[in-house]
Amino acid sequence: MGEWMTVTDPDLSSESKNICQYTSETKMSPSSLYSQQVLCSSIPLSKNVHSFFSAFCTEENIEQSISYLDQELTTFGFPSLYEESKGKDTKRELNIVAVLNCMNELLVLQRKNLLAQENVETQNLKLGSDMDHLQNCYAKLKEQLETSRREMIGLQERDRQLQCKNRNLHQLLKNEKDEVQKLQNIIASRATQYNHDMKRKEREYNKLKERLHQLVMNKKDKKIAMEVLNYVGRADGKRGSWRTGKTEASFFLRNEDEMYKILLNDYEYRQKQILMENAELKKVLQQMKKEMISLLSPQKQKPRERADDSTGTVISDAEEDAGELSRESMWDLSCETVREQLTNSIRKQWRILKSHVEKLDNQVSKVHLEGFTDEDVISRQDHEQETEKLELEIQQCKEMIKTQQQLLQQLATACDDDTTSLLRDCYLLEEKERLKEEWSLFKEQKKNFEKERRSFTEAAIRLGLERKAFEEERASWLKQQFLNMTTFDHQNSENMKLFSAFSGSSDRDSLSVHSRPRQKKPHSVSNGTPVCTSKLTKSLPASPSTSDFCQTRSCASEHSSINVLNITPEETKPNQVGREGTNQKWSMASRPGSQEGCYSGCSLTYTNSHVEKDDLP
Amino acid sequence: MNFSEVFKLSNLLCKFSPDGKYLASCVQYRLVVRDVNTLQILQLYTCLDQIQHIEWSADSLFILCAMYKRGLVQVWSLEQPEWHCRIDEGSAGLVASCWSPDGRHILNTTEFHLRITVWSLCTKSVSYIKYPKACQQGITFTRDGRYMALAERRDCKDHVSVFVCSDWQLLRHFDTETQDLAGIEWAPNGCVLAVWDTCLEYKVLLYSLDGRLLSAYCAYEWSLGVKSVAWSPSSQFLAVGSYDGKVRILNHVTWKMITEFGHPATVNNPKIVVYKEAEKNPRLALGRLAFPPPRAAPGPSSTTESKYEIASVPVSLQTLKPVADRANPKIGVGALAFSPDNYFLATKNDSIPNAVWIWDIQKLKLFVVLEQLSPVRAFQWDPQQPRLAICTGGSRVYLWSPAGCVSVQVPGEGDFQVLSLCWHLNGDSLALLSKDHFCLCFLETEERVGTTFGRPGDHT
Repeated sequence: MGEWMTVTDPDLSSESKNICQYTSETKMSPSSLYSQQVLCSSIPLSKNVHSFFSAFCTEENIEQSISYLDQELTTFGFPSLYEESKGKDTKRELNIVAVLNCMNELLVLQRKNLLAQENVETQNLKLGSDMDHLQNCYAKLKEQLETSRREMIGLQERDRQLQCKNRNLHQLLKNEKDEVQKLQNIIASRATQYNHDMKRKEREYNKLKERLHQLVMNKKDKKIAMEVLNYVGRADGKRGSWRTGKTEASFFLRNEDEMYKILLNDYEYRQKQILMENAELKKVLQQMKKEMISLLSPQKQKPRERADDSTGTVISDAEEDAGELSRESMWDLSCETVREQLTNSIRKQWRILKSHVEKLDNQVSKVHLEGFTDEDVISRQDHEQETEKLELEIQQCKEMIKTQQQLLQQLATACDDDTTSLLRDCYLLEEKERLKEEWSLFKEQKKNFEKERRSFTEAAIRLGLERKAFEEERASWLKQQFLNMTTFDHQNSENMKLFSAFSGSSDRDSLSVHSRPRQKKPHSVSNGTPVCTSKLTKSLPASPSTSDFCQTRSCASEHSSINVLNITPEETKPNQVGREGTNQKWSMASRPGSQEGCYSGCSLTYTNSHVEKDDLP
Repeated sequence: MNFSEVFKLSNLLCKFSPDGKYLASCVQYRLVVRDVNTLQILQLYTCLDQIQHIEWSADSLFILCAMYKRGLVQVWSLEQPEWHCRIDEGSAGLVASCWSPDGRHILNTTEFHLRITVWSLCTKSVSYIKYPKACQQGITFTRDGRYMALAERRDCKDHVSVFVCSDWQLLRHFDTETQDLAGIEWAPNGCVLAVWDTCLEYKVLLYSLDGRLLSAYCAYEWSLGVKSVAWSPSSQFLAVGSYDGKVRILNHVTWKMITEFGHPATVNNPKIVVYKEAEKNPRLALGRLAFPPPRAAPGPSSTTESKYEIASVPVSLQTLKPVADRANPKIGVGALAFSPDNYFLATKNDSIPNAVWIWDIQKLKLFVVLEQLSPVRAFQWDPQQPRLAICTGGSRVYLWSPAGCVSVQVPGEGDFQVLSLCWHLNGDSLALLSKDHFCLCFLETEERVGTTFGRPGDHT
């Protein structure tokens, strides 16, 4: 019942639960049990159920009820409540033990049933909610389906409309085509008709013309005449001759001859021109070929080296051809073979040149690409910086020049004043001598100062040398220290390599590299003692390793957190142990701030790397 | 630039003699021959009626004056002023008259193109050529004067006859594959004859002197075709202007098209120089002009001065909407002319009447566009150098050369509307013709840079 109620109305599920509970509670009572059993067992009995409900068993009907129960139980497969009868007549005794057993069994069964019922109910609930969910899904999908169906219908409608349109357009097109065809036909028919008409008209016209001609000419028109004072001579000075029957043929032949002569002349002229043009073009080709050969010959080894057989052979062919052609100067011949040779050789060489140019192009593009990737950009930046610097310098120089010019001008103007003042003051000779003495004294003092400075510088140099020696020593010591550290896993050994390399480099340019951080640190500057600096420098190479560990740690954390947990103590410890072994004081100092040291090391490595990069070029 | 006095003229009849010494002009029924240099009247002939056509003989000894209305031709001799000749075509009528190249024969075409009469001045003989075709250009002589080609129409078919001019013998006679032949033209070398069909069909045929068909060219079908044709002086190119507003250049080797020059209404290429005539109101009148002798106030049109400006591309040119339902629509390339050195081709598209297009033939590219303020009436190349003279029916003459272009005001009383012009043989002077006057314009040469007259426009 509860199931279908949840199906129909999810709000009622709680109520149904209550109902269920209620039913379960009711089932607990024996009376209900009984009633149920009764219900299950026999329907006709149900009428009596209510009458018997209040008292199933009374004082009077113990026997019947027992026997009834026995009967019922035996039908359900329980052992009989009665003791096994020894005789037929004897009245069967109620077996308490059996009764109790039965009861117990019934109770157990009851409990089992309850449990099962509970399970079933929970399952039911689960299924209900599942059902609910599915129902929702179903509803959603249904909606979707509906919308998509609607969409589909819309699209179909559109499609239909478009098709309709298309059909219409097709129809229109067809109509138009038909129209065009019709019009063309009309045009054609009109044209033929027109032509026909024209011909007819023209014939008529010709007839009329003929008639007119006859009329005009046959009338012996006196008017048609020429009045000349006297006939003039021909322009060429010849006497006018008119053809007679005999001479006509010869005249005609002569005219034809002349005509052909003219035509021939024209063709000859054109041929000559074409020949000249050809010769020019050949010359150009020859020159081009020569230039190509000369251009390609220094490069012909290269392609051969590249083992590019095809081009190599082509080149050799070309060379042979070139040899042949240059040997025989048959440029004037317009023979086909020569032409072929020439064109072939040119073509070959052109191909070579083309491939070569393409290669060059490729190289250029590659270079361009590379340049764009890294180096070229930097160089450009450098270049810009450089130019800026230079411009600044130029500016400064200009300013300098300006100021110098100004000064010079001032000097030029002031010079006169100075000389006059000198002249004016020349009588103070005593003063001058005194000044001279002072001057010499000053000079002596200056000498002394210089001596002192020299000694100081020498001392400084010595100090520098000592420092260098010390640093070398420190490097060797560090190497040893790290060689001693054997219990490193793979990652550590890598770090070792890094470390040793770094230490080596730091040794080499320790002065240049470490001078910067040293200046930054205030206490080192204040102390200035070599020990302190050495300590610092010692700590410097060590700290990067820890920083590396930090990095590796962070890297590893991306892959697995457990690994990191395993690694970190292992890695950090040996370092510290090593330090403790060698220099307890220092380790004590470094331990509390190990983390900070690590970070500072990080920063230091960055600066170092920068410095190294700067040094590289 | 100097201008001569203004002389009277009628029917735009003014011609330089072929030898360049004389200038013949007509005033009503009088023919005036002047010396080109002094402009003194050398001869004055009186004809029987108003002269409609004049033509110098090739040797500059004779001038024919045709009076079509009366069917008369009168010939005058320069050497013998008393000599005269009168040819009367009588009732047959006269529509055209021309000299043969030898200068001793006159070809008269009768009305209705019934026949062509060849009159000789040397002998009494008269010969007739029947069936001449009435068309745009039906008669053409080779440049050397040896041959004449004549378009004929017989039995509804076009024919071409080639005559030897020396004795008028028929040399070749062949029919052409044209629907309705419209024109013929010899190549300057006299070996190739170009024949083109009527405007209804695009067809250009090329015949050899001996009547062989060398090539036939057809650019398109079903549309109005050839409108104008011009040979380059070297006979190397044949330019064909057509109604689609394009000029197609054919070569003389394969007779195929080399290139196609379109005449779009907008010029986009920045390499092309577009000279645009611009009018400006002058600040000072013509008072400072010293020559001709002081005159009255200048005409109304000369109060504005014009000059060329270089227009910045893209330039859109003024176009004319053709009237679709009339014959002879104003579209297509109606005029083309090669410069004497073959380097340039000047064209005019009738739908863009204000513009003259000058093409570089060496590069086969558009070179310059000149846009005038009014429609171009005529243009002609200087026979000696690449210099183009243009007139637009206004009071100015325009000159273009590769160095630039100039607009020159023609001085004179009232308005001198230049309707036509013609160059002198040596390119030193230019005859400008208006409706009833003409004057000569002397161009400065290096040795005589006289006082400039008029206002040479800005040399752009």
